[in-house]
Parts: sequence; C-alpha cells; structure tokens
Amino acid sequence: MTTEKSENKERIGVYVCHCGSNIAGIVDVQDVAEWAGRDLAERGVVVSRDYKFMCSSLGQELIEKDIQEEGLTRVVVAACSPHLHEATFRTACSRAGLNPYLCELVSIREQVSWVHTDKEAATEKSKAVLSGGVERVIHHEPLEPLHVPIHPATLVVGGGISGIQAALEIADAGFPVYMVEREPSIGGHMAQFDKTFPTLDCSACILTPKMVSVGNHPNINLFTWSEVEKVDGYVGNFTVTIRKKARYIKTELCTGCGICQEKCPKKLIDDVYEAGLGYRKAVYTPFPQAVPKYPVIDRENCTFFQKGTCKVCQKFCPTDAIDFEQEDELITVQVGNIILATGFDLFDPRKVSQYGYGRLANVFSSLEFERLTNAAGPTNGNIVLRDGVTTPRAVGIIHCVGSRDRNFNNYCSVICCMQSLKFAHLVHERTGATVYNFYIDMRTAYKEYDEFYQRILEEGTLFVRGKVAEVTGAARSPGEEGRLIIQVEDTLAGKQRRIPVDMVILSAALQPRYDAKEVAHKFGISCSANGWYIEKHPKLDPVATMTEGIFIAGCVQGPKDIPTSVSQGAAAAARILGRIQQKEIALEPVRASVDQDKCSGCRICNSMCPFNAIIFHEDRMVTEVNPALCQGCGTCIAACPAGAISGTGFSDQQILAQIEGLLMVNFEHARVAELG
Amino acid sequence: MSANGKPKFAMYWAASCGGCEIAVLNIGEKILDFDANFEVVFWPVAMDAKYKDVEAMPDQSILLTLWNGGIRNKENEEIAHLLRRKSQILVAFGSCATEGCIPGLANFSSTEEIFHAAYDSISSENPEKLRPQYRTQMPEGEISIPEFYPTLRTLDQVVKVDYYMPGCPPESHQIASVIDLVIQVLQGKATLPPAGSVIGAGISTVCDDCPRQRNVKLVKKFTRIQALQNPDPTLCLLEQGVPCNGPATRQGCGALCPQAGAQCIGCYGPAEGVIDYGARLISAFASVIDSTDPDEIEAILDGIPDPAGQFYRFNLAGSLLRAGMKSWSR
Repeated sequence: MTTEKSENKERIGVYVCHCGSNIAGIVDVQDVAEWAGRDLAERGVVVSRDYKFMCSSLGQELIEKDIQEEGLTRVVVAACSPHLHEATFRTACSRAGLNPYLCELVSIREQVSWVHTDKEAATEKSKAVLSGGVERVIHHEPLEPLHVPIHPATLVVGGGISGIQAALEIADAGFPVYMVEREPSIGGHMAQFDKTFPTLDCSACILTPKMVSVGNHPNINLFTWSEVEKVDGYVGNFTVTIRKKARYIKTELCTGCGICQEKCPKKLIDDVYEAGLGYRKAVYTPFPQAVPKYPVIDRENCTFFQKGTCKVCQKFCPTDAIDFEQEDELITVQVGNIILATGFDLFDPRKVSQYGYGRLANVFSSLEFERLTNAAGPTNGNIVLRDGVTTPRAVGIIHCVGSRDRNFNNYCSVICCMQSLKFAHLVHERTGATVYNFYIDMRTAYKEYDEFYQRILEEGTLFVRGKVAEVTGAARSPGEEGRLIIQVEDTLAGKQRRIPVDMVILSAALQPRYDAKEVAHKFGISCSANGWYIEKHPKLDPVATMTEGIFIAGCVQGPKDIPTSVSQGAAAAARILGRIQQKEIALEPVRASVDQDKCSGCRICNSMCPFNAIIFHEDRMVTEVNPALCQGCGTCIAACPAGAISGTGFSDQQILAQIEGLLMVNFEHARVAELG
Repeated sequence: MSANGKPKFAMYWAASCGGCEIAVLNIGEKILDFDANFEVVFWPVAMDAKYKDVEAMPDQSILLTLWNGGIRNKENEEIAHLLRRKSQILVAFGSCATEGCIPGLANFSSTEEIFHAAYDSISSENPEKLRPQYRTQMPEGEISIPEFYPTLRTLDQVVKVDYYMPGCPPESHQIASVIDLVIQVLQGKATLPPAGSVIGAGISTVCDDCPRQRNVKLVKKFTRIQALQNPDPTLCLLEQGVPCNGPATRQGCGALCPQAGAQCIGCYGPAEGVIDYGARLISAFASVIDSTDPDEIEAILDGIPDPAGQFYRFNLAGSLLRAGMKSWSR
C-alpha cells in the first residue's frame, strides 16, 4: 500500500560530532551540519550544529540549551555507536526536560568514518544516515523506564573457585546467597590440583579455607549434589527451582566420620575427581576436605540399589544417618540476581588420535597428571607410569592439544602454557627425568608468569618449537624400543625429530561444559557457537550478560587462570551488591508486545525467546510477552508471520521511515549519476 | 443518483482471470438486494458499455466501483485513472488488484521472456512466430494496441484506492457482507470504515479460524502434503512439515484449505499491518526450523523447492520487492 510522507510537526535539533579527528578526519562534518540545517529544514530540522566533542559537558550543554531556547521536541546526534553514548545524550535531553527516548543517535563513526577512506563518499553517506535518523526520530514516542525492585538474595551456580569467591563477597557484605553445585562437594577443578602456577602454592591449602568459609557462612545456603531445575521471573525477582538430589544420608545425623566409605564393598573408578586414575566407593565424598563433609550414595553403583541387598554402610554407621528411602527434593528460592560460574570441561584428547591417548598407556591427559602429582592423589604424588611403579626417565609435554587447532578449537586455552611449565617443574623436581615441552608459541603473559618460564628454562627443561605430528610406540631403532616416540618438526632447528620418552602429557584444551547450551537456555542467556557464555561487552562489561540480572564469572565465559576467575567472581559480586544497595533497577523500555487481536496463536514465536519471556495462553489461544523478562531483542518480532508483535522504538513505521530517509539522499545521487 | 434514484455501480477487470466476477455473481439471492439498491452503469463482463460512455459521465457520479485485476498495460492504467475520476468509492477487489496475485509473478521475468512464453514457447500454436505490434499500418490507417508494461502494478500503485478487499477470489459471503454494509450506509444505518481499510476480511490470520491443534513448532523436514505418510487431520499442518502459509495469511476465508486437508497458499494476502508477506513468512518458517547445523538447515530448506511461489505467489507486485531484477530490462 502506498506510503505517503507523514506530516511532521516536530522541531528537530541535529548535532554532528567531530569526535576529534575520529569522524572529522574522513567526514566533512561542517558540510553535513550545514546540509541538514538547509535541506532537512522542511522535514522539521530547526537547529543543526557541529561540535568537536558532543559527549563533552559543553557539547551536552549545547543540546540542553537548544531544547530550552528553541523548543526542540526531537534530538538527533550524529556521533558514535549508540552502545557508547546513547545514555549520555538521553540524559542530557532529560536534564533539559525532554523525554530521553525522543533522542536518536546516528552512528557516523563506527558505520562511516572508521570504515571508509573516500572523504566525499563518506560525507554523503553521513548525510544519508543522518536523514534516516531524522525521519525515524519523528516517529519516536516518549517512553518511561520500567522500575523493578531487587530481591536481596543471590543465586550462585557452580562451586568452583570463581563461584566461591562471588558467594563469599556477597555473603560477607551481609546478603543471603544460595549456592548450587552438582557434585557432592564444592571446590571445582581447583580442588584437583596439587600446585598452582606461578607461585607453586599448594592448591588445596589456599582453596580449602575458602571452601570451609562457604560451608560455615551464616549467609550462605549451600546446595551440593543439586541442580537448577527451572528459572522463572526476571531481574530482581527470579524464582529458582533447585533439585536437591537424594544423598541417602541424613545430614543432620551424619558426622562425616567416613566409616561408611571405608566399609562399602563396592569400589569403582572415579572419573570425575580422580580423572579416572583412582577409585572411590559407591558411598563417597570426592576428597577428604570435601565441603560439605557428608557423603552421597551413588545410586547407579550402589549394590543395595542395584541388587536389593547389602546395606553394609547402614550397618556400620554409628549415627544411623543412612536413609535409603530419601527422595529428590524440589526447593524453590527467590533471588534478585544470578551468577553462573559453571566452569569448563576438559577436551577429550582421544579426539587427537595421532597422540595415542586411550591407546598408548603412558599418554596422560593434563587432568590425570594433576592427580598424579597430588599428594592426596592415587599415587600419593609420585609421578609414575601407568603401571603405578616405574618412574619415567624422559617426559614429553605437548601444548595446544585441541586448542589453536582448526580441527578442534580455534581459540587459545590460555592456561596450558603455564600449566605445562608447572608440569615440567614438578617432573623435574620429583623424578629428575629429562623433560621436553613441545609448544607452538609460548604464552606467558601476566604477572610473574614469564619469570616462571625463565626459571623452568634454567632448570634445564628442553623446549622444542613445533606442533607434534605423532606419538607412537612403533620403534624404528633399538634405542626407541619399548618407549613412546614423539615425531615433531623442530621449526627452530628446521628439521624433523624423533624423541623417545617414557611418558607423554597432553595439555588438553578447556571446553565449554557439555551441557552449556542447555544451561544457557535455562537461564535465558546467549552463548557463542562453541558454547562459551557471552558477556555484555567484551571490554567494558565482562561479567554481565545481555540478560538483566544474570552474571557470569570464571571459565564459563572463556578459558582463564585462577587469578582471573577469582577477579571475575569478585567483580560479578560487586555488580550485584551495587544493585542490591540500590534496591530497584530501571529497565530500558524497549520491549516487544503482542497485539492480542492480531495474534492467532499460531505459536511460531513460542520457542524463539532466548529470555523465556513468551507466555502462551491456552484458553484464549494467544501469545503474550512478559515485559519484565523481555530484553527487546526482536527475535519474536521477526518470527511473527502475522505482524502481531511489535517492538517499542523499533516499529515497522520507524524502520521504514528510517529507510526512506536514507533513500531520499541516495536517490538524489542515483538520479545525478543517471543524468550525468 | 441516476434517473431512477439508485446510486451507480461499476465493476471493471484489468489483468485478471475473471474469477472475481464469478464470485460476485455467486452471492446468490443477495444479487437481488444488490439490484434493488444499485444501478449498474458499467460492467464489461456483464453488460455492454463503451469507454466513451464512462468518459461522458460526470466526475464522481459512480458511487461504488469494484476493480479487479492488476495494471499490466496502458489500457489498464488509463481506465484506472478514468474510473478513479468518475467514482466516489474505488475498491481494489480481489488479490490481483490489491497485491498483484498470479499475474504479478510475471514480475520475475523480463518482457521478452513473457512474450516468448506467450508467443514462441512449446505451448503456443504460432508457426509463423508472429508477435503483436503496438502500431500497425492498415489501409484504413494506423491501428494500435495498448502498450505492455515491464511490470504489473497493483491498483494503488497507480491511483488512490479507498478500500481493499482481498482474496482470490474474495469469498462470496464476504462480498455479500460488504454489499450489505454499503446498503446500510446508504440507508444511514451504518458508517463506512476509515479510508484505506481492508474490508471483507478479519485482522488476524487463517490460523484463527483453523480448527487444527497448534503446538510449539519444531520442523525437521518440509514436505508436500501428498508425501506425508500418515497426515494427522487434527494437527497443525506446519507442525507436520507442510509449508502452510496460514500463519501469515489474513483471516477471511474461514480456513477452507487447511480444513480440507490442503495447506493455505496465501490468497487472502498479508495480515493487518504486515508490509511484506513473503519476508514475514520466510522469517517465520526460518524460525521453526529445528536445527543449528548449517548443512542440515540447507537440507530442510530443500523441502521448499520454489520459494518465490511459496512465499510470493499472490503478492509479489504488492510486496516491498515488487519485482525481480529481470523485469527492469525491457
């Protein structure tokens, strides 16, 4: 149907920013401002100015003064991306008494000056996008932000070091925390390590005091052996359903004496805590310092649950704490904010089949090696071959297994270089074996990391720069017999090498949790294609997500070392504490809404919402969007075939007007070109 | 008002099939009410009349003109302007007039391709390969036929339209209700809807009238309904992988096709407020595809072998797209 240009009664102010030379270096900003004042006057532009830095106080005052003196009803600022300064200019409008949502930011920096080199064309493009902004702003409506109260409690999902730090920060500030951990104990991967780089602190010694603090903290409600079942609600007011899996232990009676574990006749390989190297019982705590101290009965492996008889643990329990009748409990808690600190999984090195993991006995994964070196581990910290007794004479450590490899993960797993150096040190210290490190690039950024590298070099570890082609047991010479041969191109020496060793350690990549996407969906946040959770801004907002009220910390956001994980945990806590102190939060009113008359309940949009904001009313066969949950992403609006959903600030009318504004300028050019 | 005091009525067909006229006659005995209230002054398919008769009428003298068909040639365009001038209320009647319909699909082809299909292709009986010429010299003088335009346009792309009545053709009960409404307006018992409205249809979609059960949709395969092993007669067709256009199509037909076991093909055009029917439907179908694997998605989309026909069958000319690039060259 024909679109006729709407009558415009608005008084529009246009402000074109130089951004120093960022914009003015490529765009003739003065020309753009003069053009808008002249050619867009009939579209309602009554003031048009250019200024060195619109975001400066003086720049903002220009706008405020014009609103008051010229009676502006709309403001268009042609400057940087709305991500940066939309809030600045909205606030300026607000100060001058104009509804902040009647301000439109047009990006002529990110979308024009930074991406073009032809000054004339860039100036013309700036005019076009500005014209689009002017047409669009005419259709803006005054909006009011939504205010929601913030519940003072916080949910922390994941009891690794990052989650522990976050929980303690919030709890110490005096606010309640619910921590949910799916394993029987908190501690995470850090609890599996013996030493931490670069200081070689004992991992357990620095971690367990914090674990104990979490366990004892009056403000922390700890749910281990539990998982989040469901999340409803929105920032400030989430309702979280936690499944507390049956432990089959009465925790109020259990003293954590360990007799049940000792007596349990069923012994099985511990794939989680011992990385498959050690054993545990069917009733177990993963490690002696576990928090909480209560064991769990692993139903899948318990003889009583599987065969109906046994109950040895019950017989021996001095406090009668074993309860085979226990069932899963569903517990509902109210929280205002959520921190996801669910960590990582180790890349399965079997996938790099040429390295022989799983096929060649003495090829170890990094996590297995961590357990080998751990004094509380299956070998009491003795570094020995798979036979459990032989000390290796030569050890090869391969970096970047599954990282920086197009076949697996393109990214760098960050910690592997330092971890491999730590391994080299431990092997050297405890066995005196010759140690080779096979690396592509050595990455030892951050405090005292490179010094650690120098130290390992001085200790005599040998470094071969090159990607290992193969680890094989097939000897070519008598000297190679019975050993593992590492075939590698030494790119510094420029030749192929075959290096026989007794043990190979694969520094495997850090990967997103196997169920990361599922969990992201449950909490309504977005994750990257490979499954790392996406932060709101990679530099300036690294622990928030696009979903209000959901924060991320630690490796769930991407591979990182312990100091960074701890910093993120604390940062997320600080963000949340700020929120709690404010008691309420103002939400952007950019929201989707469904026209109930137009909606026919086709349900195409129903599975679309990444924030679970869509509700379907079975009785009336219509869909509705919960405005407090909606983040205004527009996915459902695009999906709706009936055009029944529209987004505040992004109506069809606004977008079409903007396109028409853009084309008005470009058509002029096309016509000139045609005639010329 | 005419001599007998009845308001005047006209109906015209431009680029169309004639189904709309039949739909009007199909209103049954309502036609008697119609006759009692209107004087038909111009209706080429039903009565003899000449353009010069219309030209001779005073401007605005026809109360109601139903126009069906798209603007394909110069004659269509001239008569559109003529009837606009002579009519108080001009209704774009039926899919061709409102959104181009099947004739509008020719907007994907160049004029040459269209002529080739009409005069030289295997389906044409034209051994001498004759092509009509716009101007021909005859002994009596030069004769001409109307110029063929490179694209088909909808009526409102040529003249101002007061109301739109969708459907291919509009359902007879909807026509009857519109005629009823106009009669009531004449009798002062009702008022006309705001200019530019769509009349004789609802504002929601076909799904609103469809009795099939609707659930959250996750589609792993698009398929023709004939290829379904055990089609479920009670379940939403789209959920069964049949690309049914019902979710995007304006309510008005009573969901006839899905009730008869066939997918909606979209003849009632876009729902209220939808600007580009095809684009809406493409993004809706894309939204229900249950896969994140690009190759699998590709394979699922192969189940829609003719996207232009699936998504723009009725409304290419009226869409934001309007035409394919080929139509730009003559």
